[in-house]
Amino acid sequence: MTVARRRNERHWLASAGLHTALALAAVIAVFPPLWLLITSFKPRNDAFSTSLVSHFTLANYTHVVADTEFLTWFKNSVIIVGLTTVLGVFIAATTGYAVSRFRFPGMRPLMWLLLITQMFPVAVLIVPLYNLLASLGLLNQPAGLVITYLTIAVPFCAWMMKGFFDTIPVEIDEAGRVDGLNPFGTFWRLVLPLARPGLAVTGFYTFVTAWAEVAYASAFMTGEENLTLAGGLQTFVNQYTNDWGSMTAAAVIIAVPAALVFAFAQRHLVSGLTAGTTKG
Amino acid sequence: MTLAVRARRALGTHWYAWAMVAPVVLVIGVIIGYPLVRGGYLSLTDANEANVERSIGMNHIPATYHFVGLDNYRAVLTDSVFWDRLGWTVAWTVACVCVTFLIGLTLATMLNRTLRGRTFYRLALILPWAIPAFISVFTWRMLYNEKNGILNKLLAGGGIDAVPWLNDPTWAKLSVIAVNVWLGVPFMLVALLGGLQSIPGELYEAAEMDGAGPWQRFRNITVPGLRAVSGTVILLSTIWTFNMFPVIYLLTRGGPGDATEILVTYAYRLSFVDSPRDFSGSAAWGVLILALLSVVAIVYRRALRKQGEVW
Repeated sequence: MTVARRRNERHWLASAGLHTALALAAVIAVFPPLWLLITSFKPRNDAFSTSLVSHFTLANYTHVVADTEFLTWFKNSVIIVGLTTVLGVFIAATTGYAVSRFRFPGMRPLMWLLLITQMFPVAVLIVPLYNLLASLGLLNQPAGLVITYLTIAVPFCAWMMKGFFDTIPVEIDEAGRVDGLNPFGTFWRLVLPLARPGLAVTGFYTFVTAWAEVAYASAFMTGEENLTLAGGLQTFVNQYTNDWGSMTAAAVIIAVPAALVFAFAQRHLVSGLTAGTTKG
Repeated sequence: MTLAVRARRALGTHWYAWAMVAPVVLVIGVIIGYPLVRGGYLSLTDANEANVERSIGMNHIPATYHFVGLDNYRAVLTDSVFWDRLGWTVAWTVACVCVTFLIGLTLATMLNRTLRGRTFYRLALILPWAIPAFISVFTWRMLYNEKNGILNKLLAGGGIDAVPWLNDPTWAKLSVIAVNVWLGVPFMLVALLGGLQSIPGELYEAAEMDGAGPWQRFRNITVPGLRAVSGTVILLSTIWTFNMFPVIYLLTRGGPGDATEILVTYAYRLSFVDSPRDFSGSAAWGVLILALLSVVAIVYRRALRKQGEVW
């Protein structure tokens, strides 16, 4: 060979192997959600048929929307998750900024607290928390779930935001200080706008966490009209009923907002997570 | 300098930092601190469904449980159930984290090249993350269905007997691990891909000039470059997997028998499923889980700090 092979020119066999492996992985990743989507368009009794299309129908969707409490659950979820996301992102940002920029007494314990909070098993907390919310009158109230979710999402988000703020040069803060802004002003007007990708990632993480939470939601919200989507979905397939048709249709409707938020945030996802994790 | 003066000076210097972290401390304190202390206390009593404070109709019945010291812990630790569950939980965590990490790393390395259709592959591979976990778990239950599930029908098409995915202890263990890996790969992939992209390309070029082969480049540039990211994601994913309630609970409810029951789901079962509900026993399990994880985190952090990472 007279010309040395350049690094980015692969042998065609290597290329084929790469594409085969990636395509296989992609199929495994995509197949279950795709199958869910396909099944949701089949008549209820054909839920388990292997054919791709058997009598295409929207009956499952109309049934779920018209004949069940699905829309109420959807509304409950939107309220709870929306509040959690807005509050969670804000709190995580302020906390992340404080631990990134200031050296203050109580900082190391706080970092530990944020890490350890991740480890609390639902099982230890759920009974006492249930009693606590009951005595505060917050059972079956969106507010009760919102604060519970904040404790799940915020610690991790605060870590991610810290990583983000670490990548923003301190000189920006100093410039703000020189121009007469107080620390909050610097944070709000100068640093926060620069951390927008980080906010997108934390927002996404908080949204997905709250949207998908099962254990607390099913314990704290009871009665058909108070359920969130996670609780509601369990009413379709449990020990008493086996309505896979409605389950799949409801599942698709639930997955769509999550996927949309995801599509919006994914552009920043890689840079965001790296910033958060490398500096962890 | 008197204490009051010092306190005032500290407040003057640090008040904005404290104000910024106050909401988190407050929320965590009330929602986690109180239940945790209360759970810790319950684990030292004999509280169960029959003797806690409760209201039946108009009658309010006060609590009648007693402080029993460390009896619950003695009972749990001398019982083989705890050690069996612990063994499986450790096996489950190690298997899930290792497999997820290896697959994530392989895919990230593949995606971190010039490649046609890269965006498409990336989006497809991240998809499981975009879908709420409980929906994916329900979907897998449908796929795993022994009589009618698509997996067994495909196998039947190839002339292979139906596999009892969730109904045989060994298969059920493999099945829950598979689902958890499926759910966990996107997070690993994204984090590791980010880590890979932050390694300067010049390093690889320089190494190639010096005659380093692909394996040497991977070993001496990629692995050290990924150390920080991997450290964090492995710790997080260990903790998450150890406490992965929804996958086990929604997929098998811990069954068949208690083959797939991990520590958390068993603790949940004690206080919410089994009758009579055993609140104190469940709390003792919870405290033990927490203690185990704290030890893991401390040891792990220490190991990382030895490599020069501090916070």
